[in-house]
Order: sequence, then C-alpha cells, then structure tokens
Amino acid sequence: MTTGDHVFEQVCRLLDKYNPERRPLRAETDLGADLNIDSVAAMDLIMEIEDHFDVDVPINLVADLRTVGDLVELVRHQLEDRSN
Amino acid sequence: MDILDKHAALAVRHEELLRLGVDPFAVRLDKVLSPTLAEVRGRETILLGTNNYLGLTFDPACVAAAAEAARTHGTGTTGSRIANGTYALHRELEEAFARFLDRRSCIVFTTGYQANLGMLVGLAGPRDVILLDSDSHASIYDGCRLSGATVVRFRHNDPEDLDRRLARLEGKGECKLIVVEGLYSMLGDVAPIREFVEVKKRHGAWLFVDEAHSFGVFGEHGRGVAEAQGVDREVDFVAGTFSKSLGAVGGFGASDHPGFDRLRFCSRPYMFTASPSPSTMASTRVALERIASDAELRRRLWDNAHRLHRGLSAIGLSLCAPASPVVAVRLADEGSAVAAWNRLLESGIYVNLALPPGTPGGLCLLRCSVSAAHTPAQIDEACARFARVAEELDLHATA
Repeated sequence: MTTGDHVFEQVCRLLDKYNPERRPLRAETDLGADLNIDSVAAMDLIMEIEDHFDVDVPINLVADLRTVGDLVELVRHQLEDRSN
Repeated sequence: MDILDKHAALAVRHEELLRLGVDPFAVRLDKVLSPTLAEVRGRETILLGTNNYLGLTFDPACVAAAAEAARTHGTGTTGSRIANGTYALHRELEEAFARFLDRRSCIVFTTGYQANLGMLVGLAGPRDVILLDSDSHASIYDGCRLSGATVVRFRHNDPEDLDRRLARLEGKGECKLIVVEGLYSMLGDVAPIREFVEVKKRHGAWLFVDEAHSFGVFGEHGRGVAEAQGVDREVDFVAGTFSKSLGAVGGFGASDHPGFDRLRFCSRPYMFTASPSPSTMASTRVALERIASDAELRRRLWDNAHRLHRGLSAIGLSLCAPASPVVAVRLADEGSAVAAWNRLLESGIYVNLALPPGTPGGLCLLRCSVSAAHTPAQIDEACARFARVAEELDLHATA
C-alpha cells in the first residue's frame, strides 16, 4: 500500500475527523490505539465509507478491522465485489 | 494476563462514575410501593424510568392471576418446551396474542431479548442479508450476529438510505430481511414504517418490526406503531415483550406466514431455554385482555406523556423527540448528565442515565419513561424537581 494509492488517500481523508492531532496515517496505524476509534465510532466511520465509495460493508466484516491498512483492504475488496 | 483485563477500560470508567455519586447501573429499589413509587436510599422516589407504560405490574387482576397460576401449576416450568413439554397456559397465551394481533400464529419466548434473538435466528440464515436500522436495540444486533446472515446497517429512520442499500444489494443473498423498531427506546422517536413498507415492496424484501416499546401504546387496538400508521397488515413479522406495557417478563413473535411455526424446531433461543413460568403466562394473559378492553389506559398514558414533555420543554431542557411515552433529555456531556442524574435521585426522582456507547450519536441522556399510573401531580412534581436541578446545575445553558 503506497501513499499514492487512490483508495488509501480517500480513506485517510475520511479519517481526518478522527485524527485531530493530525498524526501521519500509515497502513499500520491502529484505529483503536492510535486514533481512539471505538466500536461505535467504527460503525459511524463505516457508514461514511459506504456513502463515499457507494459500497455496502457488512458489519460482520468490521470486527476484524485493526489498522488503516485493514480498512483500505476491506474497501478495495468491496469495490471489486461491486464491479463483479 | 488476567482473563478480565479485557474489560479494564470499562472498569476504570465505572470507577469514575462511582466517584461522582450513586452507581447508575445498580440502583437498588428497597421497596417497590406501586407502579410509580419506590423506596430508594430511604426516600420515597417517583419512578420515571421503568418502562411500566400502562402501570399493570400492580393490577389486582394480573397479580391474582399470577398468584393463582403459581398455586395451581407451580412456580416454574423447569425446562424447555421441546424437551419438557408445553403447558396449556403457553398455548392459550399464544392463541390470545394471535387473536389480539390478528395474526395466524404467535410464539412466546422467555424474555423480550430472546424473542428478538429467536425470531432473527429463525428467519435469517447465512445465505440471507439483514438490513437493520443503525439505532437498533442490542438484542437485534445480537440476533443478527447469531443468525449468520450478512448484516448491513442503514441510517436511522431513513427509508431512502434503505432503498439505496437494497438497490446496491440487488442479486445478493437469497432473502432480504429489513429490521426496524416501532418506538426507539433511547430517544423516543417513531419509525416511518409506512415508508419502510413501500421500500420493502419495491425490493421484494421481508419486514420485521420490533414493537417492544410501542405494543399496548400505539394504534387503535394497541398493536403498535405499524397499526397506528395503518400498515400492520404489511408487516411480515412482529415481535414484542411482556416487560413493558404488559408488566411481566417474556416476549412474543407473530406472523401470518404459514410456515412460521417452524421456528419452534430451528430457533435455538426458543428451543434451548426454560419456558416462561405459569405466573408469567397468567398475568400476561390478563394484562393483554386489559389492553384489549380498556383504551382509557392508553389515553391516560398519552396525557401523561404530553404533560411531561410540555413540562420539561417549559424548563428549557433539550428534548430528543416529539412527545411519546419515552422522553429523553439531552445533556451537553457525560459530567453534566451524571451530576444531574445524581441530583435527581437525591431529590426523589428516578430516571435512566444513558451514556455512550449505549446511546445513538454519542448522546448523553436522562431518559424518562411515563406510565398511565402516574398521577398528573406526580408528573408536575417531577418537572418541578427537574427545574430545580436544571437551575442548580445550569443545565439550560449546557443543554
């Protein structure tokens, strides 16, 4: 995953409001420990991601999310799933 | 590592709450005096957070039926219906619910929580998709998870968002089940079920409505919000609880689907738990008859709901929804909410403290629920004590 990655960049923009300290976001940035995104905030974030990318993200898949990279991979997977 | 270390952060938060006053999650009612009064910490306290909407917990006929059933049939059933037998009382209550709801079939469950679990597990499977309102109760989330279905949330009370998601899911999953509630228990807002019915028809989905907080409260016959909006015939599956307007403990699911009773053999929350007790069956049946025959109860409830809503609005508090039997006061932050809740309890008013993550949108709430058994004087007194606490803590400015 590179910083030039289109999905990565868009996900990072959506994470802005959860990152008031403007930490540099990397694939390994931990959503809970680094960005303080708890299970409820994660659900809200997922809804924003669904609207932004026009995909559905079943909540069954959200429990396994740990890092920004996991989130980006999930979005990419759902985008591929939509186009198939 | 200690096995309970995973809850350490919650434990710290709980300790912080304890430093601020009484434990809001373990309020002890030393003596319940009536549907609206209890002794709490040595003080007679107005109960404004019990969900006892029709005040039937002390109804003499319900109490007498429960006592007689315990004497006649014993204190418990000691097992599940599939393994240990169905009492005639179970079937009679199911038939009474089916008649009341004008449904082909009804199944009773041991708690309202299990009713949602049992219904969702029985209706949806791993090849199906459940679309649930994002503000759904924990029992609905848990039932969805247990079903193994793919679960997609839609924005709270937003039929357009549901429509958009169903369109995106076209061709995915064998069946699609939409799950909403009639009256949402935290904010007291009502679902636009009529609009949800239009969406479900457009997409060939099934609609499940949990009327836990609206059964006995909304609709000409008290069947719930779907009846009040004239669309109860369009709802495929309905669930509810005995623990609100019916004044007992238990739950039900009902449907016109000819195969609905198959849930008795494939829904684990129904199959692998002890069935409801004889006294529960008996008191609930009498409470159901009372709801069917006494519309005055609902009128009194709504009069009180409007009275409380008006009273708290007049103080300048920020309320979350139009008047309903659930009146939620929005506070600026957790500190204000906890302080206000403690001051109210000290002044003899019991309401529910509701904090994130148990609330929608991270709100901090003082949640009140109204009963038909409240007197207008009790509602006025509660508003007066709210006003004193609001003044003392300057809640107007922060609300």
